[in-house]
Amino acid sequence: MSDDTATPDSIETPDSALGAVLDAAKRSDLGLVLLTLGLIYLAATVLTFSNGLNSVVGLLRTLTFLGLVYALSALALNLHWGYTGLFNIGVAGFMAIGVYTMGMVVRSPDPAFGPPGLGLPLPVGIVAGMAMASLFGLVAALPALRLKADYFAIVTLGISEIIRLTLQSSAFDTGLRETLAIGTGGGRGMGMPDNPVRSLFLVDGQAGTPTALGEFVFGTFGDGGLGIANNILIGWGYVVVLAVFLVGFYVLLERLGRSPFGRNLKAIREDELVADSLGKNVDLIKIKVFMIGCALMGLAGILWFGSQGNVSPTPQFEPILTFYIFVAVIVGGSGSNTGSVLGGIVFAAVLFEGPRRVGSVLRDTIDAQTPPTFADAVLTLDPTAMLAFATDNIAPLQFVLLGLVLIFIMHRRPQGLLGDRIETAAAVDLSGRAGDRGGEADE
Amino acid sequence: MFRERPGLAVVTLVGLLLCVDLLAKLAGLGVGPLGGSLSVSRLGSNLWNGLVIGLVIGLAGIGLSMTYSILNFANFSHGDLVSTGAFAGWGVAFVIAAAGQAPLRALATVRGASDTTPGEIGAHVLSTPLAILLGLVAAFCLTAAIALALDRAFYKPMRDRGSIALLIASVGVALVVRYLIQFVYGASRRGVTASVDGDTLIGPLGISATVHQITIAVAAIGLMLAMHYMLQRTKLGTAMRAMADNKDLALITGIPAERVVTATWILGGGLAGASGYLYVLLRGTIQFDFGWTLLLLIFAAVILGGIGSIYGAIAGGVIIGIVFTTSTVWISSDFNSAAAFAVMILVLLLRPEGLFGGVSTA
Amino acid sequence: MSKSEADAEPGAAESMDSPVEQAAQQTPASLPLRVDGLAKQFGGITAVDGVSFEVEAGSLTGLIGPNGAGKSTTFNCITGVHEPTAGHVYLDGEEITGLAPYEIAQRGLVRTFQIARELSEMTVLENLMLAPKNQLGESALRSVLPGLRDDVVDQEQELRERAWETLDFFEIDHLATEYAGTLSGGQRKLLEMARVLMTDPEVVLLDEPLAGVNPTLEEKLLDRIHDLRAEGYTFLFVEHDMDVIMNNCERIIVMHQGRVLAEGSAEEIRNNEQVIEAYLGEDI
Repeated sequence: MSDDTATPDSIETPDSALGAVLDAAKRSDLGLVLLTLGLIYLAATVLTFSNGLNSVVGLLRTLTFLGLVYALSALALNLHWGYTGLFNIGVAGFMAIGVYTMGMVVRSPDPAFGPPGLGLPLPVGIVAGMAMASLFGLVAALPALRLKADYFAIVTLGISEIIRLTLQSSAFDTGLRETLAIGTGGGRGMGMPDNPVRSLFLVDGQAGTPTALGEFVFGTFGDGGLGIANNILIGWGYVVVLAVFLVGFYVLLERLGRSPFGRNLKAIREDELVADSLGKNVDLIKIKVFMIGCALMGLAGILWFGSQGNVSPTPQFEPILTFYIFVAVIVGGSGSNTGSVLGGIVFAAVLFEGPRRVGSVLRDTIDAQTPPTFADAVLTLDPTAMLAFATDNIAPLQFVLLGLVLIFIMHRRPQGLLGDRIETAAAVDLSGRAGDRGGEADE
Repeated sequence: MFRERPGLAVVTLVGLLLCVDLLAKLAGLGVGPLGGSLSVSRLGSNLWNGLVIGLVIGLAGIGLSMTYSILNFANFSHGDLVSTGAFAGWGVAFVIAAAGQAPLRALATVRGASDTTPGEIGAHVLSTPLAILLGLVAAFCLTAAIALALDRAFYKPMRDRGSIALLIASVGVALVVRYLIQFVYGASRRGVTASVDGDTLIGPLGISATVHQITIAVAAIGLMLAMHYMLQRTKLGTAMRAMADNKDLALITGIPAERVVTATWILGGGLAGASGYLYVLLRGTIQFDFGWTLLLLIFAAVILGGIGSIYGAIAGGVIIGIVFTTSTVWISSDFNSAAAFAVMILVLLLRPEGLFGGVSTA
Repeated sequence: MSKSEADAEPGAAESMDSPVEQAAQQTPASLPLRVDGLAKQFGGITAVDGVSFEVEAGSLTGLIGPNGAGKSTTFNCITGVHEPTAGHVYLDGEEITGLAPYEIAQRGLVRTFQIARELSEMTVLENLMLAPKNQLGESALRSVLPGLRDDVVDQEQELRERAWETLDFFEIDHLATEYAGTLSGGQRKLLEMARVLMTDPEVVLLDEPLAGVNPTLEEKLLDRIHDLRAEGYTFLFVEHDMDVIMNNCERIIVMHQGRVLAEGSAEEIRNNEQVIEAYLGEDI
């Protein structure tokens, strides 16, 4: 990963080891992400260590998984919105297309239950999912290119909802089964193919017959070693796979951004007329970038929901999902890939999963009965009882908090955590005179 | 005109085909893929139901259309104002209708106190008309106040920001309102109307209409007429129309912008609340996020009618409502909403100014 | 910085003909820019009503006229922002009427804007590197794939060199790493000029390039324009400042009420009765 182009001030020796670490972290993108992750791990461990090792490792896995999938989605959205200024609030729809296409391509034509599929291998399904999402992106972008930002947004939202309602429709499911012998499962959704990571650890994915890798991992960390549950270890295996994909996304998007292609995107975002007057085919560029972004959203959908065992259109692909991903992009700072990664991790851990966990831990410390409703809680006039109610019903309060955070950011810090960094879009270093730097490439 | 705008030509062609098909169906004729059978009473019911729900959506759309044109942003928290009105209004209606029959706190939170209420408590215009009426008034007033408060707290500090920033902030406000409602009132869906014998009338052509539907239609039209009177006959109304029409020009002529903005929130918010109340009266059930679910339909109505046009919002609402209910003649009811969204998208692509947009006076 | 184009006017001998007659002797194909019977109506309003003129290669031609004469609309019709209601525009003999702005720019006709449209979130250097046509890295695939990206990097280095040279020429190299949004008004005008030059154009349309520019900078800018003209670039100039036009342009086209009122040298225009009448009260 590339470094910031920080101007070298007089080098100050840090006061302590901690200072040195923070310094290094700030100057390196990777460091920043790892530092944030580390802090989150620390907080999570403190929160649950009393429940045992499995609890801690399990929570860390969940937080990392969510952080990674939100980071992947945020990176894809950032390409549309942060780089090119395309206000796409149909992300959930494109993710649904990706994962559903994969499901329909990979599922057996003669399943025990659920809708039939084409029975093709998983890699084919993944490529098909990305291609289909990209195609839908083309269909969405073509007519809507010339629209104002907010009208374009509403069109994408409409498309996303039409996609969800279609996948939910049993009439559509039936029609599809009759014509193409594949189905969506309607409102009940469909089961996802087995996670291939599982068969890295267990022969044929069957519990009780570990592979060589499985033996090693289970032996060291599982029953034979630290005592962590096997499923949690397999879950961590998948997290590692996700991290690899994240690196792939990041490198891809950095390369796209730091190039003439990325320059064109920035120009379009800021002033289409200038790009047009300089000879850039703005419509074509918008279509291309929209298709690329949608393909990535499809892949993110596959990696996220395809690994969860079952997908269904509602509530998984409601518009609120898109808005969560927007919050992640905004928190991190739109226009910066590192910002999207950071935003995804911070959003997932601090805004999405965190408050729930904190709430339930707090609840355990309160020695009182939970009043059954808000009205009951208020009428008791007892702060402890009210607190018990609040912590037991932390879920809605969490979303109130999320809303407030979003409003606060838009009021005071719309640029997000990393927003005041505006990265130059070029494949070579533009920070100094050509002669001085000898024309080095940035990677 | 059609040669220049092929999209419009296609849509008109499809529209004509649908009309021909409809007539064929009514007549019981079959002409290849067209035609079939459709009873007049069924079509009539669809149209009536569509009209009623359309009036409610249109009522909600007025506020959305006004904030869009006067404050220049798409307010994604508008749906949750609709929910607010429903809960506030129905709480009052219940308290009045069933005071003494159940604990006050259960009534005020619309039976949010789950298992402390014995039996069914419901209100009905035939059995407890005062409760229904006062509930409507409460829905309007309380939501107006809340809408104004939300503006002062969250949108006013952002007056000078771009429309996208305000849109995103409104998503945040939507979350705050919606989940406060869930926190206070609970997440479950519950019934609100009592069932009363003889509440369904059979009208002409065999169309059935419930008393509640008629009440809603009357109330909605009444509110729209009141709005119309206010817009056409009062100074404030004229100022609002001017600002909705051409903001810069209006400001130059010395119209008190902040006063108009306040009026926009009060009236728009109040109507949103009233529409939420009426919607729940129509459906008979209430749940914390129904307004959010309704939001895109309301947007569809506003866009179809033309942003900034209040009469457009009403017309758009009625059309969307009819599309919603009558699309079942051709496609599965799974696609009710999808049909309405498709209409919205087509409008944005082919005629973004809507039916009445670009035409002056409200 | 050199211009690879050969000069136009291969065999035209020095004659005593007026510039108009000289122009008429040139074959249409050798003219960088020719406008023929251009007309544009907006609803009921006719902004441009049958405008025809020619711009010779390597010339500095001025387009003047009172407010509302139709200069901007003519500009916009030539550059593809508006589609003309009637008439033709020829670039190097090839018809470009009604093409999209980007297609026209691709063929070598570019413009600057009256109010400089710098891309404020990009640095000056970035702004310049945006401009050149047909960059390898404009393809998403080439920017990303390992082997192909090396070619992109190489080309970026060349473009960077060119950009620095251009910045040196305009004497704004000290601003290279500044964000364009922090530049002063005059500096932005220089940036606009530098940027369009990076597209390696044939014809440059300047829309009031000196508006809001202080006298020192104005002189510098005009010097640069003359230098570029000597290298073979062709300029069409819209300006309100009469002195600038009279002193710098060898040919002047005067528009009035959507039509060409007169064309000729500064001397001829100065003495033209109709022009004086049209500008009643203005200093010529």
